Amino acid sequence: MMAFESLSERLQGVFKKLRGKGKLTEKDIKEAMREVKVALLEADVNFKVVKDFINSVTEKALGQEVMESLTPAQQVIKIVHEELIKLMGSVESRLNLGSKVPAVIMMVGLQGSGKTTACGKLANLLKKQGKNPLLVACDTVRPAAIKQLQVLGANINVPVFTMGDKVDTADIAKASIDYAKSHNVDVVIIDTAGRLHIDDELMEELVRIKEAVHPDEILLVADAMTGQDAVNVASSFNERLDITGVILTKLDGDTRGGAALSIKAVTQKPIKYVGIGEKLGDIEPFYPDRMASRILGMGDVLTLIEKA
Amino acid sequence: MLNFLQKFKENLTAKLNEVLSFGKKVDEELFEELEEALILADVGVDTTYKIIQSLKQKTKEEKIFEASKVRELLAQEIYEILQKDVEPFVLTSPMVILIVGVNGVGKTTTIGKLAHLYKKQGKSVMMVAADTFRAAAIDQLEVWAKRVNCPIIKHQEGSDPASVVFDGLQSAKARGIDVVICDTAGRLHNKKNLMEELRKIRKVIDREYSEARVETFLVLDATTGQNALQQAKIFKEVADITGIILTKLDGTAKGGIVIAIKEELNLPIRYIGIGEGMEDLQAFDAKSFVSAIFQ
Ligand SMILES: Nc1nc2c(ncn2[C@@H]2O[C@H](COP(=O)(O)OP(=O)(O)OP(=O)(O)O)[C@@H](O)[C@H]2O)c(=O)[nH]1
Ligand SMILES: Nc1nc2c(ncn2[C@@H]2O[C@H](COP(=O)(O)OP(=O)(O)OP(=O)(O)O)[C@@H](O)[C@H]2O)c(=O)[nH]1
Ligand SMILES: [Mg+2]
Ligand SMILES: [Mg+2]
Repeated sequence: MMAFESLSERLQGVFKKLRGKGKLTEKDIKEAMREVKVALLEADVNFKVVKDFINSVTEKALGQEVMESLTPAQQVIKIVHEELIKLMGSVESRLNLGSKVPAVIMMVGLQGSGKTTACGKLANLLKKQGKNPLLVACDTVRPAAIKQLQVLGANINVPVFTMGDKVDTADIAKASIDYAKSHNVDVVIIDTAGRLHIDDELMEELVRIKEAVHPDEILLVADAMTGQDAVNVASSFNERLDITGVILTKLDGDTRGGAALSIKAVTQKPIKYVGIGEKLGDIEPFYPDRMASRILGMGDVLTLIEKA
Repeated sequence: MLNFLQKFKENLTAKLNEVLSFGKKVDEELFEELEEALILADVGVDTTYKIIQSLKQKTKEEKIFEASKVRELLAQEIYEILQKDVEPFVLTSPMVILIVGVNGVGKTTTIGKLAHLYKKQGKSVMMVAADTFRAAAIDQLEVWAKRVNCPIIKHQEGSDPASVVFDGLQSAKARGIDVVICDTAGRLHNKKNLMEELRKIRKVIDREYSEARVETFLVLDATTGQNALQQAKIFKEVADITGIILTKLDGTAKGGIVIAIKEELNLPIRYIGIGEGMEDLQAFDAKSFVSAIFQ
C-alpha cells in the first residue's frame, strides 16, 4: 500500500533538519506526530483512537534525550512502536476453559467475519491438545450454515451437534450440553449466525444463548480488514455480551490491520488468536509486537532500530 | 487515556449539523471537523485531503463565508466524484455476470438477490456454482437457486472452477438463458495462485461465449477500510472489473472507501446490499449515498 514502507522515510525527512540537536522540541515532535497520525489512519486505526494515542505519545516523547545510537526518526518510531504494543496487551492466546465440564466456547460477530471457520480451527487445535470437542450448529439463518459446519467437522473428525434450523437456538445450545455430558465431550464450541451489532432482536438472541449455557469464552470474531466501524461493532458486542476475547481473521491478506488496535482500545479484551488462511490449521496466537509493526507498515522496525 | 467512548457516542449527524449550521463561520476548525467526518466514513486520508483542499479553494473563490453552504458544496464534490464518466448499467441479453471478491463479503448472497431482481424484470437467469472450494458453498448457492426458482449448474466440491463455468456457459447457450451469474470462491487479492485461477475463469468466458456481454462485479463489504482500495486495484488488473457492489450497508459502516476507489480507479458502483434477504439489493444512487455518509 501507499504508505507501506514509508513512515520511516517520512520521519527521516522531518528530522533531517535537526541533526545534532540534543533534545526533541515540541515543534519537532508535533511534526513527526502528524506523520504518525497519517500512517495510523491509513492503517484503519479509528480516528478517535488515533487522536488519544497521539496525545499520549507526544507527552512521552517530549523532552526525551535523543539517544546517541538512534536518529530522532528512529527514536520516535521506537516510542510509537512500544506504546502500540503496550496498548495491544500481552500475549494471551490461551483459552480459559474453567473447571466445569464441558467447557463452553461461543463465537459471535458480524456476517462473514469468519465465525464458522474459527469454530473449526479451534476444534482442530483443541483436538490436537488431546481434548474431545463438539461443534454446535446454532446458526439457523444462513443458507447451508449447518452443512458448512458439518463439512468442517468431518474434515477434522469432530462431531457436529445439530437440531436443524427450526428449533430455538438457546434450546439447541442447552441440548448440546446434555449431549456433551453423555458423550464424553469436554469442550463445546457454539457457532452462531452472523448479525449486525445494531440488530436488537438478534443481539438479544445471543444473550439468551449465553444465559442458557454460561460460556467460559465468548469470542468476538472480527475481520482484520475492518475500517473505522470496528469500534462501534466491538463496543456493541462487548456491552451486550461482555465478551472474553477476540479472534482476528484474514490476516493472511495485506491489510495493515489497524482494527486490532481499535477493538482492543474500546473493549480492553485480549485478542487471543489470529486467522491466517481458510484451512483449519491456519490459526496462530496473537503477537502484539508483530501487530504493532504491521500497523506501522514496517515489518522491519525492530531490525532497523537495532542496526542504527 | 482512550476514555473516548463517551465522546464517541455522540451522534455524528448532530455534530455535523452543528458544524455546518447556519451562521457558523467557515474556518480552519470547520474544515478539520469535516475532515474527521470523512475519515470516519472510511473515505481514506488521501481522498479526504483532496476533497477538503478543493472545498477550501471553492469557498475562497466563491466567497462563501457560511458553514451551511459548505455542506452543499461538499455533497456536490462527492457526488461529482461518484458520477463522473459513469455510463448507466444496462441489462442486455445474453449477459454473463462474474461475481468476485475477498472472503465473506457477500458474493453468494448477492447472486441470489441479483437473480431475483433480474427475474422480476422478466429475464431468464441461471446460476453457476464455481466456488468449488469453500465448505458447503455449493449447497448455499443451491438454496438461493431454489428460493428464486432458477436453474443452477454445479460440479462436486473440489472440482475445477473453470470447467464448471465452461459447462454453465454451454448449458446457458443451449437453453437461451438471458443472464448467467457465476459465483466464485472468496480469495484474497494477494494470493497469486488464486488470482491466476480467476484469470483462467475469465478467459474461459471470453473464449466460450463471445456473443455475450460480460460484466465482472467486485463485491466489497462496506465495513472494510482502506484495504478495499488494494482489493479493487488488483482484482481490476486480473479480472477486468466493470463495477462494484457494496454490501452490508444496513450496518453502521459508511463504505466511504468506494469514493476513493471511484476517484482513483474510476470503477462505478452498481448496487448496494442492505440486508440478508432476497429483496435487500438496490441500484446504487449517488445522491442518497452521499447523504447517508453524513448521517
Ligand atoms: N483468507 C482467509 N479467509 C478466511 C479466514 N477465516 C475465514 N475465512 C473465509 O472467510 C469466509 C467467511 O467465513 P465463515 O467462517 O463462513 O464466516 P462466518 O462468520 O461464519 O459467516 P456467516 O455465518 O455468514 O456470518 C469463508 O470464505 C472463509 O473461508 C482467514 O483467516 N483467512
Ligand atoms: N447485513 C447484511 N449481511 C449480508 C449482506 N450481504 C451478505 N450478507 C451476509 O454476509 C455473510 C456472507 O455472505 P456470503 O454471500 O456467504 O459471502 P461470500 O462472499 O459468498 O463468502 P465466501 O464465499 O465465503 O467468500 C452471510 O451471512 C450473508 O447473509 C448485506 O447486504 N447485509
Ligand atoms: Mg457462519
Ligand atoms: Mg460465497
